[in-house]
Amino acid sequence: MAADEVRVAIKLGFSSGDITLIATAISELARNILSYARQGEILLRTVDGSNRTGILIVASDEGPGISDIRQALRDGFSTSGSLGMGLPGVRRLMDEFEITSEPMHGTTVKVKKWKQ
Amino acid sequence: MVRKRNEDVVVFTQNTTIEATESNQTAPRLLRELVAHLRQNRTPLREEWVRRITEAQLLTAMSKPEIFAEATSVYDSYVVALETGTFEALQNYARSLSERIIPRGVETHEVIGIVLLLRDVLARSLFAKYQGNFEELNRILDAYEPAANRIANTVAVGFVQERERIIRQQQEAIRELSTPVLPVRERLLILPIIGVMDPQRARQLTEQLLHGIRTNRAKVVVIDTTGVAAMDGTVANHLVLTVQASRLLGATVIVTGLSPEIAQTLVTIGVDLNKMNTAGDLQGGIEQAERLLGYKVIPIAEAS
Amino acid sequence: MEVPILKQGSYLIATVQGALTDADLLELRAALLERVVRMRSQGVILDLTALDVMDSFASRTIREIADMIRLRGAATVIVGIQPEVAFAMVQLGLTLEEVTTALDLEEGLAYLNQKSKEARI
Ligand SMILES: Nc1ncnc2c1ncn2[C@@H]1O[C@H](COP(=O)(O)OP(=O)(O)OP(=O)(O)O)[C@@H](O)[C@H]1O
Ligand SMILES: [Mg+2]
Repeated sequence: MAADEVRVAIKLGFSSGDITLIATAISELARNILSYARQGEILLRTVDGSNRTGILIVASDEGPGISDIRQALRDGFSTSGSLGMGLPGVRRLMDEFEITSEPMHGTTVKVKKWKQ
Repeated sequence: MVRKRNEDVVVFTQNTTIEATESNQTAPRLLRELVAHLRQNRTPLREEWVRRITEAQLLTAMSKPEIFAEATSVYDSYVVALETGTFEALQNYARSLSERIIPRGVETHEVIGIVLLLRDVLARSLFAKYQGNFEELNRILDAYEPAANRIANTVAVGFVQERERIIRQQQEAIRELSTPVLPVRERLLILPIIGVMDPQRARQLTEQLLHGIRTNRAKVVVIDTTGVAAMDGTVANHLVLTVQASRLLGATVIVTGLSPEIAQTLVTIGVDLNKMNTAGDLQGGIEQAERLLGYKVIPIAEAS
Repeated sequence: MEVPILKQGSYLIATVQGALTDADLLELRAALLERVVRMRSQGVILDLTALDVMDSFASRTIREIADMIRLRGAATVIVGIQPEVAFAMVQLGLTLEEVTTALDLEEGLAYLNQKSKEARI
């Protein structure tokens, strides 16, 4: 599923280690969309910082949203009886992490990884 | 030093912009004339250039014949660049020149200095030639200046790039040296960490260790931190991740020589030290490793 | 992509060939359990050398596989996890602490042999 996205990262010149991290993060975000919102989209873009380039991943859906974001970001918190590692893990895998969510309206997670 | 190099680049980039505004239609004919002039006076102009280089005490790391040989090559590539308007040959030459002279300690300002000198030498010879015809002189200078600037730019940027590449390479080598993964005996790796640990170095260390485990088929790794005075939370956390990742590859990690400060940092970030294999010092770690590997450790007293 | 399972002596060796979908993983779980029971296997080696991404679902499923196999009296060893994958896993918080790991197939077999030798004593 993440193969095409990963190719973008390869083109950007990420190391194989970083590509694995990026692919894993994308997989987690996609999985959350499928489990909790059923459908949504994942966009990838290159981003230019002042003296670096990176990749921006935006995972958004119009699903049920998250009522307590702080709780959802905690290791081990899950409403589906799963490990509860997805969101906090993605946060650790990537360099920048931003989440907005409105109950009943949906969730958007934006993450960035900068090229080393 | 980094700042200075960057400034150099900026200066020359500005020159390039001037070039764009000054180009005009009569340039091709004038450039042809110019090229012919430079070809005719190849020997005296080269000699004059080398004289000026020596006078300005540039390229002092090189002998006079060496300077003359390099100057000849630069001169010829310079003329070709003027004639054809393509800078590839000059660029390649600038690269290889840089490769040769950088290890000998030639500085950026020297390289920029010599190209500027060449520009000056050539401009003076044009003055001398067109003394009587002021208008023609102006026109030929107009055609010459932008091309000369672009050439200077090409050479200088080539040099700076090459230099940065070499510096990067050296830094890489130093970093690798400072975190050697040592295969001490079959299936056992020792990773002595010495010096300051920053996140970048920690990352590199992890990468080296994990690949080292594969290539050496290691079953036990001793990470010795005796040489590290302190670690911040980020780096300490990285150490923990490295231990866990090593286990996923099938290797057991023993951490030795943890200073009380680092141990404290680990506890602060929530690491259960009981879950980590530790030993007071490297020797203790190696003994523990050998037990894990199934070697019998015989105390020195008994063995002798 | 289906995961082939080979029988070698009293062990089963499952070699992942490439990226796995969730369905592939669940299928693998079912197939392994069925065979462990039917063949009375003493050990299972799951070779992940060809896997280049391991997310929370894959990790959880693998843990479940190991748990269920243990309940049937056999041991599981995970072998071949790539360095990059291992690092991504631990960053994600997936340490597979309860599962035995080994470098490669050879090491995995050595582990299982050692274990059955100990059991016989
Ligand atoms: N896109 C989303 N829409 C609605 N709720 C979400 C979404 N993503 C995450 N959540 C909520 O946040 C909780 C934590 O998510 P996280 O990915 O960290 O764990 P998980 O999905 O429950 O378990 P794991 O990812 O480890 O299998 C989820 O249980 C769910 O309640
Ligand atoms: Mg999740």
